[in-house]
Amino acid sequence: MPVIWLIVIVLALAVAGFILGRTRAMQSAGGDRRHLHSLPTYYGSNVALKAAVPAILLMVVWLVAQPFYVNSVVSGMIPDSAVADGSSRGLVLAEVRRAADGLDNAVALGAISEEFARNARADFTDVTTRLKEAGQIVTTQITQPVLRAAQKYRVMNATGNMIMSGVVILIALLGIFWGLRETNKDFRARNVVEKSVLALLIAAASIAVLTTVGIVLSLIFNTIEFFRLYPASEFFGSLTWSPSFGGGSELGVLPLLWGTFYISLVALIVAVPIGLFAAVYLSEYASKPVRSFAKPMLEVLAGIPTIVYGLFALLTIGPMLLSAFGPDGTGWMSGQRAVVTAGLAMGIMLIPFVSSLSDDIINAVPQAMRDGSYGLGATKSETIKQVILPAALPGIVGAVLLATSRAIGETMIVVLGAGAAARLSLNPFEAMTTVTAKIVSQLTGDSDFASPEALVAFALGMTLFIMTLGLNVFALYIVRKYREQYD
Amino acid sequence: MTDASMDTPQPRRAKTSLMTEDARTKKRNASEKRFQAYGIAAIATGLFFLVVLAFSIVRSGLPAFTTTVVDVNFTLTQAQFDEAEGQLFKTKAYSGYFITALQQKLEAENVQVAFDEAAIERIMGKIGGTLREYYTANPDQLDEEVAFKLNAASRVDGYFKGRVQRETLQDSRFLTLADLDLVDALAEAGIVHTTFNWGFITGADSGVDNPGGAGIGASVVGSFFMMLVVLFLSLPIGVAASIYLEEFAPQNRWTDIIEVNISNLAAVPSIVFGILGLAVFIQFMHLPQSAPLVGGLVLTLMTLPTIIISTRASLKAVPPSIRDAALGVGASKMQSVFHHVLPLAMPGILTGTIIGLAQALGETAPLLLIGMVGFVARGYPDGLIGGFTDPNSAMPAQIYTWAARADQAFYEKAWGGIIILLIFLLTMNIIAIILRRRFERRW
Repeated sequence: MPVIWLIVIVLALAVAGFILGRTRAMQSAGGDRRHLHSLPTYYGSNVALKAAVPAILLMVVWLVAQPFYVNSVVSGMIPDSAVADGSSRGLVLAEVRRAADGLDNAVALGAISEEFARNARADFTDVTTRLKEAGQIVTTQITQPVLRAAQKYRVMNATGNMIMSGVVILIALLGIFWGLRETNKDFRARNVVEKSVLALLIAAASIAVLTTVGIVLSLIFNTIEFFRLYPASEFFGSLTWSPSFGGGSELGVLPLLWGTFYISLVALIVAVPIGLFAAVYLSEYASKPVRSFAKPMLEVLAGIPTIVYGLFALLTIGPMLLSAFGPDGTGWMSGQRAVVTAGLAMGIMLIPFVSSLSDDIINAVPQAMRDGSYGLGATKSETIKQVILPAALPGIVGAVLLATSRAIGETMIVVLGAGAAARLSLNPFEAMTTVTAKIVSQLTGDSDFASPEALVAFALGMTLFIMTLGLNVFALYIVRKYREQYD
Repeated sequence: MTDASMDTPQPRRAKTSLMTEDARTKKRNASEKRFQAYGIAAIATGLFFLVVLAFSIVRSGLPAFTTTVVDVNFTLTQAQFDEAEGQLFKTKAYSGYFITALQQKLEAENVQVAFDEAAIERIMGKIGGTLREYYTANPDQLDEEVAFKLNAASRVDGYFKGRVQRETLQDSRFLTLADLDLVDALAEAGIVHTTFNWGFITGADSGVDNPGGAGIGASVVGSFFMMLVVLFLSLPIGVAASIYLEEFAPQNRWTDIIEVNISNLAAVPSIVFGILGLAVFIQFMHLPQSAPLVGGLVLTLMTLPTIIISTRASLKAVPPSIRDAALGVGASKMQSVFHHVLPLAMPGILTGTIIGLAQALGETAPLLLIGMVGFVARGYPDGLIGGFTDPNSAMPAQIYTWAARADQAFYEKAWGGIIILLIFLLTMNIIAIILRRRFERRW
């Protein structure tokens, strides 16, 4: 992996720059650090920053931009005739990349010569067989245009990497040179270094924004692509979900949304009463030792990974419910995967979420309101029911909304516990599926990302993102508004 | 004019006393008791779920840590070896020798049970092939007694662990009731017994057909490399971002945008980060699929908000007097932060980081999308760089893979994997608590 070595080289240059800069500053001060404007390390850091930061920045930009350029050139090399019916340019390009990787690996293993990899012609020699013999995964017969493109792809990437290494090291050296040139005893090194560090801090803080932008862009572009292949009215209006990668699939989002809401509803029916009563008891009744034991114990439930709840739903709750409501019991349930199975597990997961949020909110109700109520002769439970809960209501609603958003976005529990069939049904003992579970099933496996059946996952992701974001913003708005009343 | 009502005799009020409860008070007190009971019931239900969860994890997971082995001391003479190699069905000859030896041994132990070659093969696999492989590789072991430790077949293993029961067993080509008699006899003679399964902790995943050989070791390594990526990216970036937002950020639009983004990212479902990873790192940047590097990058983005929120809290907890004192003796703003505030906030930052890492360690959904599930991690990655870029699995992804195979024997492995995962999480959380207890400073 030459990139790692490149980073190591740049870092080594930075260290060298640090030492050189420090020595040079000391020299210019005649060996007496009191004559320097800043501490000697700042002169070293100045040079090191100038060596490392622009070089690494350039490298990152280059690494992102190079595949773009190479792809566009290679894509231009493939004539339209080489793109078979039912296939797409993207698929052919993926094949080109695979062939190029295969050639690379085969050369690395010594199965074929570099000469052969560069110049072989598919119509004269059987490249596919040679590659397969070398243990490379080649899915289809490599045709001449694909092979030509793959060879071009290899060459361009190789030269691109070489130029990049050269330019990056050159920039690092120039940085050292620049830093050293300006180093003398009157140079305000600390101010410069502190300015650059501040810039780095700002950059780090902006990564959060970049992540959001990345999420939104990756969802939007693929969603637009999906709606170009599949009508939006069908997506939002159709009542059936039956994807088939062969084509002719119906991709209606409504059954998935129904499954999502139904499972979340079951989860909330479990979590909200238990969580709320637990919070009320812990904050109003419980003695100190009980509180200090029960609260962390309940919060352990929140620290358990969701895959554990998924397995718990599939292998413990499911069989348990099946023995009670299955064919041997009341006969309502036909398999262990069902809405209640997933909903129950999700409800258990959400209990600590609801309880600790409500606990905070109940504790924020001022003591004076309790005292006033007690003074009028109310019992504790009357105070809670008629004074505290109404006062805390907006916050509790906010907590429930946050829990809902959690439930909607939960994946592992529904993937393992809820089933795979998309249904519009009212029976909670039937298997249903959710938006998240379908995102997983449409995007895992070797599907090509150009078909509507795979792209629909991005549209589903977009739906999910907007729903959870909306819920969160709304919940935070309610919670904030409430808090202002008492602060 | 007299008021008539003044003369009308008042109905006598019932005699009441504070010492006796009237009906209304009784009702109110009962409702008070009821309400309290609801609270207790809610907490008890929560704790009950926790106990059930812990119980089912331990009960279903512990069998994964034991395995059933067949201990046989067996001697093959040079003459027998030559004779077997000369035959047409070589492995059959080996099985014959083995069965004769086993019969003799059982007779010596006074165990009466009849069996044939097929039964032996059902119980401990293709024994002839195993023996032949061993002796052709180690010809110097001929004529010497060798202690063989053979793994019993998965169904026999299940019989020992209660997965397979006599009452419900259907005779099949995998196992018959008569075989169970033989297994019982062998167990009595001490030939078949269960031991600790080191292979589960150190091994790699096996194929769909061999649940007995599946281990979680390779995916622990995968998770470890992923956590390295998360640690080395999210700690510096998270700390830098928090320092900026807490100490330097001016009140302007950009700061507001960053703040809103961080609090929103903390609430984005993890699967959406998986979509981001798939679209950006794999589709766009063509990083290798299933690589711990990509998993680490995705989990870094997911953990960053958590780390930033906790780091900001611990920076906020350092009193302003520290900053003022540093500025007072002539430090620059940057120096006061890096030389004084940051070291004092470090324990809190580390605690938050460890908790963020623990969260990332157990996260599964984003890993499904970047291809960590379709991949069967059959071996350890080679070398340090390979650890980051070679396809591998991670603990939660491995658990999901096993659970998705829909096989009782693999379910057992999945529960066992969960025990290992929870041990890691518990250790990390305990370290975080100890750090907090030991270094936390109240100002």
